[in-house]
Amino acid sequence: MAAPTKAMLLDWYRQMVLIREFEETCHRLYEEKRITGVYLHLYSGHEASGVGSMAALRKSDHVITAYRDHGIALILGMDPKAVMAEMMGKKTGSSGGKGGSMHLASKDHNFWGGYAIVGGHLPLAAGIALEARYHGKDDVTMTYVGDGATNNGYFHESLNMSAIWDLPVVWIIENNGYAMGTEVDRASGQVELHRKAEAYGIKSFGRVDAQNALEVYAVASKAVDYARANGPAVIEHVTYRYRGHGVSDKQYDAREDMSAELKEWMATREPIVILRDCIESQYNDVADTLAGHEADAKRIVAEAVTFAEASELPSGYEDLMRNTYVSSERVHKTAHTIGAGID
Amino acid sequence: MAARNVAMREAIRRALREEMHRDENVFVMGEEVAYWQGTHRVTRGFLEEFGERRVRDTPISEMAIGGVAVGAAMAGLRPVAEFMTINFAFLALDAIANHAAKVRYFFDGMFTVPLVYRAASGWGNQATASHSHAPEPIFAHFPGLYVGCPSNSLDAYGMLKASIRDDNPVLFTESIALYPKPSPMPDDLDEDYLIPIGKGDIKREGGDVTLVAYARGVDWALQAARALARDGVEAEVVDLRWLRPLDMALVYESFKKTNRCVIVEESLPMYSFGSEIAALLQENMFDYMDAPIKRVAAEDAPLPYSKDIELLALPDAQKVVNAVKEIL
Repeated sequence: MAAPTKAMLLDWYRQMVLIREFEETCHRLYEEKRITGVYLHLYSGHEASGVGSMAALRKSDHVITAYRDHGIALILGMDPKAVMAEMMGKKTGSSGGKGGSMHLASKDHNFWGGYAIVGGHLPLAAGIALEARYHGKDDVTMTYVGDGATNNGYFHESLNMSAIWDLPVVWIIENNGYAMGTEVDRASGQVELHRKAEAYGIKSFGRVDAQNALEVYAVASKAVDYARANGPAVIEHVTYRYRGHGVSDKQYDAREDMSAELKEWMATREPIVILRDCIESQYNDVADTLAGHEADAKRIVAEAVTFAEASELPSGYEDLMRNTYVSSERVHKTAHTIGAGID
Repeated sequence: MAARNVAMREAIRRALREEMHRDENVFVMGEEVAYWQGTHRVTRGFLEEFGERRVRDTPISEMAIGGVAVGAAMAGLRPVAEFMTINFAFLALDAIANHAAKVRYFFDGMFTVPLVYRAASGWGNQATASHSHAPEPIFAHFPGLYVGCPSNSLDAYGMLKASIRDDNPVLFTESIALYPKPSPMPDDLDEDYLIPIGKGDIKREGGDVTLVAYARGVDWALQAARALARDGVEAEVVDLRWLRPLDMALVYESFKKTNRCVIVEESLPMYSFGSEIAALLQENMFDYMDAPIKRVAAEDAPLPYSKDIELLALPDAQKVVNAVKEIL
């Protein structure tokens, strides 16, 4: 693996400040009831985990994640306008307003989606990787999985399947310390989550400080190369969530230990600051570029909000039923209306 | 047209084998589908013919079987994933109901999920409670999924082919009791013989009462119809074949003629196939209704091991005859 170039580092900074601006804006819009619903899981604090690891991928590789998916979508280059419109359930949203915050995806970016059932996307990842193996391609499927999901059956079955079939999956466990409100050591007999790989004969690349994008990138590059040539790999990213599990999370208000812990992470392990320090320690001509990225992030997100708020909502029976099935005239002819929903 | 009797398992095997030859992206996966030659012998010889790449034994991991098929289908393959019995598919209900059925919808059409789940269904001989379900209606509950349940060999052939070629996810159930049952298939059957998804079939014509059924229920309905004919009662047997989409147009047409209906199914009576058909008939055909709609289903109990009470719990042709006589 080559050390990241100056251009790469600056681009990572651009991605990270864009994510942070996007997520904090979502948080504010939710409080103002301009984004509604009950689910909104923000990537603030996690930025280096996604940015550093996805930098190790090439364009033909695949990415899939759970419901904390906004950051992943933005890193892959999805249009922030379409992502914000999806937050607001608009027709112009990336999923036409049908999916919401937890169901972003983009076929054009090989982004197979955010999924809302904990662990539900893990066998899908194995299936996507199986297609690559089946057709003799060496594309990797990078799969993000939370610490909580490592305790459910999908994790066990999917990792085991990836091992026996030598599937090119990089399983990245994003360990942010909590499954909703349950600490890792109250939920998992094995608290070094990457060691679960051993149970399946999968190579573990260990535990990484995922507040540091450079460390994330270094390990992810090795794991991606390994997966491409051999089969599944596991990495554990140790990170932290700044906005709790999701918008329903009131723990940080109720528990002093947790709010102190959050402050400590933000003060000492802030991923954007860590990256910025690293860039500034190597290059002395970057101030304008960094400031430019910060200003761009604000502008891009503001434009996304304007676009989303001006967009139409889906409405009527046709929008409700569309894409329940692939259109199929022969079915439509005979279907009882309850079974129809065919465009 | 010359025809010969073929067991349903042979018809299913033939359909699957031909589809694998037709399309290189079609592959099978499941427990014991390869080296064991298939628990129900449907995939007998497949490993030798197609190799391990396309005939994939899985661990006992139903959640993964359900979900891997979804991912592989989204990525462009056409998986035919087998649940050894439908009882084990309960373990995969999230993959089936939340993912296979909904991925297309919640990404507003970005992905297609052209997969088939095959599952052996129904009660066996003293298979006991946890292995004795015919729970097709549970799966038919979910929009986004199709559910096909053939009642004879030719239907199984044409329905499975249609399911594999369709771009939507299909749960295809195969009655264990029907696997060995021979029924006629034409000698010169076209490899493109497809039974459209959602198209039911009149298996016997009659003007006095409509018997609505699917899969094994069709057998009981036909036996009952023959018995009733001896008493001068002509029953029409409607085989819906697909639980979703439901070919209610065919049922209504028959009901307009007979004005009476008995619904026959192998599964449990509450929140059932029978409940659904009866509800739709009373909503849409009230003016044609001359008698209460009757339902014949399994008794509302888990299936026991001991033979006499096991048989007591299950529907049969006599129960159908009795139900018809109550409303004539």
